[in-house]
Amino acid sequence: MLVADGLTKRYGERAALSDVSLSARAGELVAVIGPNGAGKTTLLSILAGIQAADSGSLSRAPDEFGWVPQQTALYAKLTVAENLRLFARLERRDDVEQAVGRMLEQTGLRERADDQVGTLSGGNRQRVNIAIGLLADPTVLLLDEPSAALDPRQRERLWEFIGSLAESGTTVVYSTHVVQEAERYAHQVIVLADGERLFAGPPSEFERLVGASELDFEAAFVSFLHQHGH
Amino acid sequence: MRRSPLLVGLLIVYPIVLSLLIGFALSRGPEKPKVAFLNFVPPGAGEVELGNESIDVASYSKQLFEAIDPVRVECAGVSERDCERKAIDEVREGNVLAALVIPEDVVDRLQSAQNLGAGDPPTVRVYYNAEDPAKRRYVESTIESRLQDANTELTKKFTEVALSYLGLIVTGGSFDVPILGGTIDILGLERSEQILQGVQRRLPRGSPDRAQLERVIRFAELARENLDLSDDVLATLGDPVRVETEVVKGGTESLSSFAVAFAVAISLMFVTVLLAAGTLALEREENAFLRLVRGLVSRTGLLTEKAVLAAICSLVVALLMLAGLGLFVDLQWSRFPSWLLGLVAGSLGFAALGLAIGAVAREVRAASLLAFMLSLPIAFLALVPSGSVAGPLYEAIRVVSALFPFKPTLDALDAAFNDSGDMLGPVLHLAALTLGFGALARLGLRRFG
Repeated sequence: MLVADGLTKRYGERAALSDVSLSARAGELVAVIGPNGAGKTTLLSILAGIQAADSGSLSRAPDEFGWVPQQTALYAKLTVAENLRLFARLERRDDVEQAVGRMLEQTGLRERADDQVGTLSGGNRQRVNIAIGLLADPTVLLLDEPSAALDPRQRERLWEFIGSLAESGTTVVYSTHVVQEAERYAHQVIVLADGERLFAGPPSEFERLVGASELDFEAAFVSFLHQHGH
Repeated sequence: MRRSPLLVGLLIVYPIVLSLLIGFALSRGPEKPKVAFLNFVPPGAGEVELGNESIDVASYSKQLFEAIDPVRVECAGVSERDCERKAIDEVREGNVLAALVIPEDVVDRLQSAQNLGAGDPPTVRVYYNAEDPAKRRYVESTIESRLQDANTELTKKFTEVALSYLGLIVTGGSFDVPILGGTIDILGLERSEQILQGVQRRLPRGSPDRAQLERVIRFAELARENLDLSDDVLATLGDPVRVETEVVKGGTESLSSFAVAFAVAISLMFVTVLLAAGTLALEREENAFLRLVRGLVSRTGLLTEKAVLAAICSLVVALLMLAGLGLFVDLQWSRFPSWLLGLVAGSLGFAALGLAIGAVAREVRAASLLAFMLSLPIAFLALVPSGSVAGPLYEAIRVVSALFPFKPTLDALDAAFNDSGDMLGPVLHLAALTLGFGALARLGLRRFG
């Protein structure tokens, strides 16, 4: 169980996060949605231990989280296997080769293991990016805008992969500004705007709240933000 | 290595090529300037008669020919004036850098000057090509200094002959006169004085001739003594001013030894600064930085590893360079531990500077550009000698040089390679700079996220 309570982060006068709390069960897919500047990346950065919150608490230590940044954080001149091997060593895995082999299987990139990352498609690069986040067998995986810059087919395959991770018991917290991805894939939606948490609950409840039956989900979401002064 | 095989290849090729270039440059003298040489003095007429000695003036031009590459101008069937014009054309067209013309009358004028005759002194004519100011300066100084050398040698020879005549006048002796087909005996002042003293003794005490003779004896005595002294005066004509040099600051190593220290310092600087700046900026450019510092490695640890990696690479490059240079220049391998200390201290200083640049620039291209833009002026400033610019400006240059690792590295390597001074000072200076730039790099990393 992941519990974050009352997370607050300020940059000077501006509040990037104001008293944001969340909880997630094992195997739950949690979508953090909101407009640009809502505080999605700040929330994930605090959960990942990249930034420290000014106040608030977390039930888990940062090293229990796997973190996948929005832009692929890989060495383009190294092969897929070399990237995995390097980070497995840095993660101090007992059996580096076994960890690399497992990730190649899990991501379906065994055939591309010896290809330079720079030659891969955006979708496959993102898979390697996620695989590195999973090398330490985290109980919680944090994904920052994982589908950004992917075409629809790559996005579909990526969500299949993320879904399989959740089915295997990994809690996945992802941020996105594509609200349909929250509606379709998440078990829980957290809506942020200007650093405030406006909603937390199942997508179906959010649909009822915003009246998505009358409008499409995105239009209803925008209307919801307007109603709350954002 | 797999990230950039080209870079690794360059790191290997760079020291080899550089050491070969520098080695050849140090082991070969500068190319002699091409000079058109026209000698209008007829063959066999290059001798000056001085008393009963004849001096071959042409033999004194030997030094000049050692310093230039004389180019023959084809003058068969043309007048001297046209021949000289052809030589000037060669200069104008850039085929030669200068033309040196020895007129036909130069020996006669020299002979006339030696005989205290009236008329202009002997003169040679030189034509320069001034298209390239650097080359022109080189040719000018080469010809002028060599002609001066020849003048000095000739003066010495004339002085020697003059001194031998003075000796003859003072002490007497035989003198060859080829024109008379024999030798004549010169009495000399010493013997004249002795003869006169004998005559004086034989004169009666009250004789009025005795006083007159006494005056002549005094004159002979004075003339002998003063002409004896004039030997020294005349001897100074060949070398009127002697130069005595003493180094009061800095080492006494040769230019080539200093050039080795400079070449290694500059290579160490470029390789280390570029590597450290580039590899740090690359972590951010490939977005790997935050992933790395998220528990995998500390920020300070990352900087330390980058610095050590860059320092090791540049150390290998520097040692390869030294091995190459060792083929051309005599290096003191017995001082290897000192070399190593200087190289390690220098490379760490440069690595810290590179990391600070990489942290500030945050992009590989910007970091590389900044590294080049910063390194070149630093190297240039470190070479400005005292006295070449105004005092306050030199002090400012010293301060700026002291803020960067090039000057202390150069001092440390010079001391290490050539045993030319204190090494501890530069090494401590480099340690302080390493910490300073390391702290700047650490601060710069705050903007990396």
